[in-house]
Amino acid sequence: MRQNGIAIEVEGLTKRFGSVVALDGIDFQVPTATIFGLLGPNGAGKTTAIRILTTILTPDQGRAEILGHDVVREAEAVRYRIGLAGQFAAVDPNLTGQENLRLVGKLAQMPRQAIGARADELLQLFDLSDAADRPVRTYSGGMRRRLDVAAALVQRPPVLFLDEPTTGLDLQSRNALWDTIRELVSEGTTVLLTTQYLEEADRLANRVAVVDVGKVIAEGTPAELKSNLGDTVIEIGMPGEVEALRAQAALAALNGEPELEGTTLRLSSESPRVLMDMLRTLDGQGLSPSSLTVRDPSLDDVFLALTGHHAEPTTETPGEPAQIGAAR
Amino acid sequence: MSQTSITVPLPVERHGLSRLSGAVSDTLAMAERNLITYRRVPQLLVFSTIQPVIFVLLFTYVFGGAVSLPGFPYPYVDYLMPGVFVQLTVFGAIAAAVGMASDLKSGLLERLHSLPMAQSAVLAGRTIGDFSRNVFVMVLVTLVGFAVGFRVHTNAVLFLAGIGLVLLFAYSLSWVFAFVGLAVGDPETAQAAAFPILAPLVFASSAFVSTETMPGWLQAFAEHQPVSVTASAVRALSNGGPTASYVLQSLAWVVVIIAVAAPLAVRRYRRAV
Repeated sequence: MRQNGIAIEVEGLTKRFGSVVALDGIDFQVPTATIFGLLGPNGAGKTTAIRILTTILTPDQGRAEILGHDVVREAEAVRYRIGLAGQFAAVDPNLTGQENLRLVGKLAQMPRQAIGARADELLQLFDLSDAADRPVRTYSGGMRRRLDVAAALVQRPPVLFLDEPTTGLDLQSRNALWDTIRELVSEGTTVLLTTQYLEEADRLANRVAVVDVGKVIAEGTPAELKSNLGDTVIEIGMPGEVEALRAQAALAALNGEPELEGTTLRLSSESPRVLMDMLRTLDGQGLSPSSLTVRDPSLDDVFLALTGHHAEPTTETPGEPAQIGAAR
Repeated sequence: MSQTSITVPLPVERHGLSRLSGAVSDTLAMAERNLITYRRVPQLLVFSTIQPVIFVLLFTYVFGGAVSLPGFPYPYVDYLMPGVFVQLTVFGAIAAAVGMASDLKSGLLERLHSLPMAQSAVLAGRTIGDFSRNVFVMVLVTLVGFAVGFRVHTNAVLFLAGIGLVLLFAYSLSWVFAFVGLAVGDPETAQAAAFPILAPLVFASSAFVSTETMPGWLQAFAEHQPVSVTASAVRALSNGGPTASYVLQSLAWVVVIIAVAAPLAVRRYRRAV
């Protein structure tokens, strides 16, 4: 089953809910013992894809295999091979952390004698040992989230699905979870994760597919995706719309026309040198920026570049005076 | 099945007979989990026991003297207790709706869907857990009944048969409310949706009073609806008198309710997530 080295194979997957097209024919393959990131905004179809791959939903068209087993025709065989941590902390608030993990172990048909030790091991790994015997409803959001991910690992599934695993986690827990995931992968586990954060995909995933309105619009290594954008994103805020339009015209000659949004000009470039040219040009025109940001490309930039629209309806970064006042 | 580098023994896939025993052990695991909830949230159990106890005390001492029961030869409490048994299980059934709705909303059902368990165990575990709770509450309320003067005028076997009938009836209702819970998908809504269905069934019935003083159109409903026939059946089994007709009517209701509600609940469960 591993001869082809493909753990997850997805071909032409389609799913509609009434008139809403959640998946519009997506394809991808995930090699064994790698991390694959599905990247996209809310509503892009990431969760629907995970639900189909974990046998919760059936697709309208297309097919998908987990370690060679069809997710529809061999759903049970698939369920023996997967672990799922969904978007919500799917744990029972009235059971203790320990009881939750034991329940999943039992229902995952683990050998009885192995369950208790495995539960303790995971509670330790996720820093929940002290809270092991407390009902989960007394847990903080981050603790629940960690328990939920732990529950996906109880039976040591060879293929792991994590739907936005770090949402709601603090920085420390997030880093710890990333380490755990890397370790699992080094031991042979295949991981498919969804995220809204380019950084997360960048840090974790071997390959990434960018999903938008039910389609894969780009696929590659995180580095490939970012290199299409250039290394640096430069944002220049102008004091008013007139100035912004003049600046756009002036800069167009330099390095391609910058994109204008409100009073902010945005340009991606490979070299910070461009920034110096830009400022010199603006200065030459008697224009002076009201704000200036130089940063790494974000998921939103990938989206803008690929689709021409933002990943999220509101993406203003606080602390940029020129944008805060801008009309939306 | 040639997974390497897995240090913990892989789950054992089930075939043939072991599938059946697996379904049973999955159901027990789910039922146990549902019962733990009662231990962890004692107010749930307190509500479902205190309320019927209050009914027993209130109806016996407050209304007991005022209720006229033409032709009923025993004290009111002997009329009342069978009604309370049915009533407590009916209101207790709301827990199935709230439980299923909570599990749906929390995403737990989604996780269960992705596990190699018998999927039937989710609903079976819910209804069987509720059944166990009903047994407990029933014993407790019976003891309170005896304390306030309730007496069985037939024999223990017939009385226990009556209790069994109530438990069976309650079991059928669990399926109805498991379906309601899955259909509404929200615990508060489930609770709100269940009460208006249940209140008329419990009060427009022969559970607490004779139907004879009700208006004609209501009598027709009150005499044949499941709560009434089940209460009447238990009453006949406990106080004596002709039992067959009521018991058969009650059993017929149980069969009809399960035949309709169980497939609906199962279908709803499959499509729920």
